[in-house]
Amino acid sequence: MEDIKKKIKENELKDHIFAIIGLMSTFVGLILLFVLFVDLFIDGAPRLSYKFLTSFPSRFPDEAGILSALVGTFLVMLVTAFAAIPLGVGAGIYLEEYARKNWLTNILEINISNLAGVPSIIYGLLALGLFVYFFRLGESILTGGLALALLILPIVIMSTREAIRAIPNSIREASYALGATKWQTVQWHILPYSIGGILTGIIIGLSRAIGETAPIITVGALTFIAFLPTSPFSSDFPFLSFKWLLDPFTVLPIQMFNWVSRPQKEFHLNAAAAGIILMVMTLIMNALAIYIRYRFRKKIKW
Amino acid sequence: MAIFDDELARLKEKILEMGALVENSIRDAIKSLLEKNDALANEVIQKDHLINTLDVEIDEECIRLIALRQPKAGDLRFITTAMRIITDLERMGDLSANIAERALELNKEPDIKPFVDIPRMRDIAHGMTRDALDAFVNKDKRLALDVIMRDDEIDDLKHAIISELLLMMVEDPNIICRAMRITFIAQYLERFADHATNIAEMVVYLVEGKMIRHTINPQP
Amino acid sequence: MIEKSIKTLKAESKSLNFFYGTLHALKNVSMPLEINKVTALIGPSGCGKTTFLRCFNRMHDLYPHNRYEGEIILYPDTINILSPSVDPIEVRMRISMVFQKPNPFPKSIYENVAYGLKVRGIRNKKTLDEKVEKSLRGAALWDEVKDRLNNSAFDLSGGQQQRLCIARALATDPEILLFDEPTSALDPIATSKIEELIIELKKRVTILIVTHNMQQAARISDWTGFMMLGELIEFDKTDKLFTAPAEKLTEDYITGRFG
Repeated sequence: MEDIKKKIKENELKDHIFAIIGLMSTFVGLILLFVLFVDLFIDGAPRLSYKFLTSFPSRFPDEAGILSALVGTFLVMLVTAFAAIPLGVGAGIYLEEYARKNWLTNILEINISNLAGVPSIIYGLLALGLFVYFFRLGESILTGGLALALLILPIVIMSTREAIRAIPNSIREASYALGATKWQTVQWHILPYSIGGILTGIIIGLSRAIGETAPIITVGALTFIAFLPTSPFSSDFPFLSFKWLLDPFTVLPIQMFNWVSRPQKEFHLNAAAAGIILMVMTLIMNALAIYIRYRFRKKIKW
Repeated sequence: MAIFDDELARLKEKILEMGALVENSIRDAIKSLLEKNDALANEVIQKDHLINTLDVEIDEECIRLIALRQPKAGDLRFITTAMRIITDLERMGDLSANIAERALELNKEPDIKPFVDIPRMRDIAHGMTRDALDAFVNKDKRLALDVIMRDDEIDDLKHAIISELLLMMVEDPNIICRAMRITFIAQYLERFADHATNIAEMVVYLVEGKMIRHTINPQP
Repeated sequence: MIEKSIKTLKAESKSLNFFYGTLHALKNVSMPLEINKVTALIGPSGCGKTTFLRCFNRMHDLYPHNRYEGEIILYPDTINILSPSVDPIEVRMRISMVFQKPNPFPKSIYENVAYGLKVRGIRNKKTLDEKVEKSLRGAALWDEVKDRLNNSAFDLSGGQQQRLCIARALATDPEILLFDEPTSALDPIATSKIEELIIELKKRVTILIVTHNMQQAARISDWTGFMMLGELIEFDKTDKLFTAPAEKLTEDYITGRFG
């Protein structure tokens, strides 16, 4: 009897020890992130102002702003989203709902999951060769957006597939048993029920793309841009212009990189301020993804 | 369903126990008549309640099995057959008691003549009962059909006895009272055999799943 | 003998064989379906009864490496619904199915019932309303849901969900209704409601039901088939099969002396 009690005590002690180690491991990440954020905030916060957001870069740290980088980031994301969403979601639906399971689809699947692990600079090189030199799209917003779209395509495809796979097979069978075609089933059931998961995947993909620097530099984004791209609205018919797609651009991470590589301390503070903006944007996107997932999960439970 | 199998086996044993009591009762009832043994006749009447008790017990057991085990197919036929068989056996026990009662009355008076056909009827009725129960135990359809065929013999013997007694009554009205009692006994034995036939018919249902009751000429 | 006692056939499988890849799942199954009657299939798990049922609406076409041999003839037009020249979608529009677990769509009650009609291109609101009401009444669900047609189907209880699935299957006026163990996920009260409903439904539609529950087959079906290892061992009137089966295997199975 005494032996057993002793043994139990011993085991419980081990249990507690592991709980403490686990808690500490969890906090290391959190604390580091927190310290980083506080450090950034202390450095950059004084520089944050309306003027900082609406000024072009300048030789004088006090006058420099992030307007062109902010607009560039926004437009590049727009292109990325427009390219990656239809391609990624389409491919995901095809692989889950249409493709017959055979060696070809197996190879496709393996490749897609491998693509997710390819370093981002490789995507940059691919985009440089394909879009800049082959299609002659120039070192433009379009090229940058497409490069990032390539980068997040595997993420979008995989999250689409995950979301679709979560739909029980009985729902598909119910639809088919009523005489529906594949497309009717996809249109009325598969897409609506998986949209939460798909959106989450897209946003996570975009929030990864927003901070990417390597592929953007590789395709030749400029580090110093003191002008805005052509306005998408024009006074002549058809009032919409797509000239901006081919304009040169910069994005926030590059702007930061530019400032950090300057010798003056003041520019470093500017980089910290831009970093705060970038981080806030990423956090907002992640929060949105969590919110969407939560809302759809509440609406549909299998 | 080993439990159910055990229960069915126990049910069968009880039916056989009841059958053995009935076989003994008819044998002893006639014996008490032939040997003018009042004590034996009283014993037969006394023992009828044992048969009645078993009837109720088995009936309740069958109902319990139907409710709890939901028997199907062969099991269902076995239990329904059992319920009908015990009804017949119970009536056969009553008939034995009736014969014993008549024997007690007849034993007080001199014989009209030696019994010849009554022991023969008893032998046939007893044989039919034994064979019907054997057929039930062994699910032997041939034996059951054979029992059914033998019913005619017993009918013929009953008619022979009654005709003979009628003639004697016409000749000597003094014996009418005794002759009537013997007529009753012949009648009881014939009924007894009828019940044995019913059992045999239920055995055919048990084996084949086909009711042959009230069909004129049951062919194998 | 069986053929004589069937007045009108609704469908009939003839020497039906079915293969999952190399697995021979149905072996030479020939079985009639009498019109406006309930035909039940019983048998141990994995005996092929659900596989057989799913041949009737070509459900196996949804998955690769499945192969049919033999015929299922649908009357009165005597088409072979397994023929490659017959579009499985056409088959599914004439033969509906109710599944083992209630599987309503995560949409409103109304949308669930109207779905089969929308698939067929019916958009007229009035037609849809009428059909939805008729189907829900047919599934004995109308009184319970008429005030909340726009609520989610998931708000209903399990038994109600299954009746909703029956209403959904009825909306398109099928000729045959297939039930794949429709009450195995339900409590006894919901089960008896579904059973009553099936008996009511056979007035207008021919029913084939697979069930694990022998009592259920005995309660609601007119004909029963017993399957084992992909073969139809015995097929007969339900009362005959449950009181005096002809085959020893059937006897052993229904009296619980299997194996």
